[in-house]
Amino acid sequence: MPLLEISKVMHRFEGLCAVSDFNLILKPHELIGIIGPNGAGKTTVFNLITGVYRATEGSIKLQGKELVGLTPHQITRLGIARTFQNIRLFKELSVLDNVRIAYYGQIAYTPAEALLHIGRFRAEEKRITNQALDLLAIFKLDESANEKAKNLPYGLQRRLEIARALATEPTLLLLDEPAAGMNPNEIMQLMDFIRWIRKTFSVTIILIEHQMRLVMGICERLVVLDFGATIAQGLPALIQANPKVMEAYLGQEVAS
Amino acid sequence: MSSIKTTYHALLAKWHTLTGHKLFWPVFMAAGLVFCIAVDTFDFVDLYLQLILIYVGINIILTVSLNLINGYMGEFSVGHAGFMAVGAYVASLLTVHVCPAGAQNLFFPLAILTGGIGAALVGFLVAIPSFKTRGDYLAIVTLAFCMIVKSILENIDAVGGPRGLLGMEKLTTLPWVFFWTALSVWVIRNLVYSNFGRGVLSIREDEIASDLMSVNTRQVKIIAFIVSSFFAGIAGGLFAHALQFINPRMFDILKSTDILIMVYLGGIGSISGSIIGAVIYTILLEVLRPMGIWRMVLMPLMLVLLMIYRPRGIMGMKEARMFTPLRDLVTEKLWRQKKKEATDATP
Repeated sequence: MPLLEISKVMHRFEGLCAVSDFNLILKPHELIGIIGPNGAGKTTVFNLITGVYRATEGSIKLQGKELVGLTPHQITRLGIARTFQNIRLFKELSVLDNVRIAYYGQIAYTPAEALLHIGRFRAEEKRITNQALDLLAIFKLDESANEKAKNLPYGLQRRLEIARALATEPTLLLLDEPAAGMNPNEIMQLMDFIRWIRKTFSVTIILIEHQMRLVMGICERLVVLDFGATIAQGLPALIQANPKVMEAYLGQEVAS
Repeated sequence: MSSIKTTYHALLAKWHTLTGHKLFWPVFMAAGLVFCIAVDTFDFVDLYLQLILIYVGINIILTVSLNLINGYMGEFSVGHAGFMAVGAYVASLLTVHVCPAGAQNLFFPLAILTGGIGAALVGFLVAIPSFKTRGDYLAIVTLAFCMIVKSILENIDAVGGPRGLLGMEKLTTLPWVFFWTALSVWVIRNLVYSNFGRGVLSIREDEIASDLMSVNTRQVKIIAFIVSSFFAGIAGGLFAHALQFINPRMFDILKSTDILIMVYLGGIGSISGSIIGAVIYTILLEVLRPMGIWRMVLMPLMLVLLMIYRPRGIMGMKEARMFTPLRDLVTEKLWRQKKKEATDATP
C-alpha cells in the first residue's frame, strides 16, 4: 500500500488556481523533491497535505485514511510533520519547550490533572522532558536547552525546527526549503543530514527546494510544478533534460 | 558601586536558596494563613488597612487570571469585568436569597465557587468566537460581551436593575481572600507549567505552527478562557461581599481597564509580574488618595513612562524562580548526570 496517495487535488484562492490536478503516489521510505519556479504552488501543496488549506477538490490519503477535511493537529497526529520555509519556531520559548510542545498529541494526562499537578501529570512530564532532551541530544542541541529559540544561530534554528517536527513521531516528514540561506559547503552537510534523518527515524521525506545541487543529489524522484500544474515527474536525471522544465525555469528560446 | 552589586548578587543567591527550599511554600502558606486568621480574629490591624489587603488579594486574582489570556495566550481581552460581574451577581444572589439565615459563613465558600462556575460557563461561550477571531477583532468581541453583561443586568429587575444589589453580609474576610488568591495563583501556575500551558504559549508565538505541531488549539483556548473566567468570577464574588453592594456600572469597561493596567504594569506572561502589578497599583491608588484629582493625572503619566521605558512591564515575560516548578529542573539535572556518566563510561 502506498504511504501517501494524492489524487486530482485542486485548490483555488478566489478564482486563482494555485494547484490543479495534482497527483502523487508515495511509497514508504522514499525521498522525493518538489521543485518549480517561485509561485509555482509548491508550498500550497504542503499546506494542502497538512490541512492548513482545505483542498477544493480531490483526495489526499495517508495509509488509506482520507485527510481532506481534517484539522492540522489531527493530521499531525496521524503522522505528518513539517518544517517551514521561513523558520517558524516559538521564538520566545526555550529550546526545550519548543520540543515539548510537539508532544501535545501524546500526553496522557487530562486538563484537570494538569491544573492540580496530580495523577499521571508528574510521570508524564518526566517522560516528555526526558524524551525531548534525548531528541535534543541527538541533534546536539541539548547544551542550549534553556536558551530562547530566537537566540540560537540560524543554522541551529533550522535544526531545532526539524527536531521539533520529529518529536511528533511522524511517518512522513515535509521539509520546506531546508537549504534556504545556506552556502554550498553547508548544503553538502545538509544532504548527509537529511539522509541520516531518513535512516535514523525511518521516515519518508518530501522536500521543496530551489537548490538544484541538493535536489539532484539526494532525491530519488522529482515532481516539477509550474503555475500550479505538474509539468514533469520522474528521475532527477530525466527531469534535468526535460525541455518543458528548462522552459519553465529559463523561459522559451527566442528564434533568432 | 561594585560592592553594591556584589551584595545584591549575594543576597539574590541567598534568596534563591531560601525560596528554592522544599519547605518554603508550605511554611509561607501556613504563616500567611495564620497571620490572616489572627488579623481577622484579634483585629490588631486597622480596618482600613484590612480592606486594602482584601482589595490587593482580589486584584491579584483578577490580574493573574487576565494575564493567562492577554499575556500567556497573547490575545487582547477587555471583557474581564464582565466575568467578574457574573461571579459577583451569582454569589450575591445565592447568599442574599437562597442561603438560610445563620448559615452564611458555611455557605459563603459554596456561593463563591458557584459564582466562579457561572463565570466559567460564560467564559466557555466567549471562547467559541476566539476559534476564528484573533487580536483586535477578538478584543471587540470581548468588549461587546462586557457591554452585553452590563445591559442585561441593568434590565433585570429581579437583580435590582441599574440600582444594583444590596443586602450582602460582609462575608469576605482576609483568610478567605488569602485562600482564594493562593489557589488562583497555584492553579494558573500549574496550568502554565504543563503541556496545555505550553500550548497556550505556542498560540501566542505562532498559532498555525502550534496547530501543525499537534496542539489542539481549540481545546487550549477553551481551557484558558474557562480557567481565566472562573477566577474572575471568584474575584467578583469576593468583591461583592467585601463592598456589600454591587451595581452594573461597577463592571463596565473602566473596571476592565483597571485590570489591564495591572497586567501591563506588572508584566505580561509572568505570574510574579501579575502579583507585583496588582500590589503596586492597588497600594499606589490608596497612597495617592490625598492628591485628589491629581491622582488620575499622575497614575496615567506613570503608565506612559513605563510603556516607553519598559514596554513589557516590570517583569515582562520573565518569571521569578520561586514560581517555576522545581521538578522540571530536577528532571533536567538528572538527565544531564546520566548523560555525563554515559559519556564518561565510553572512553
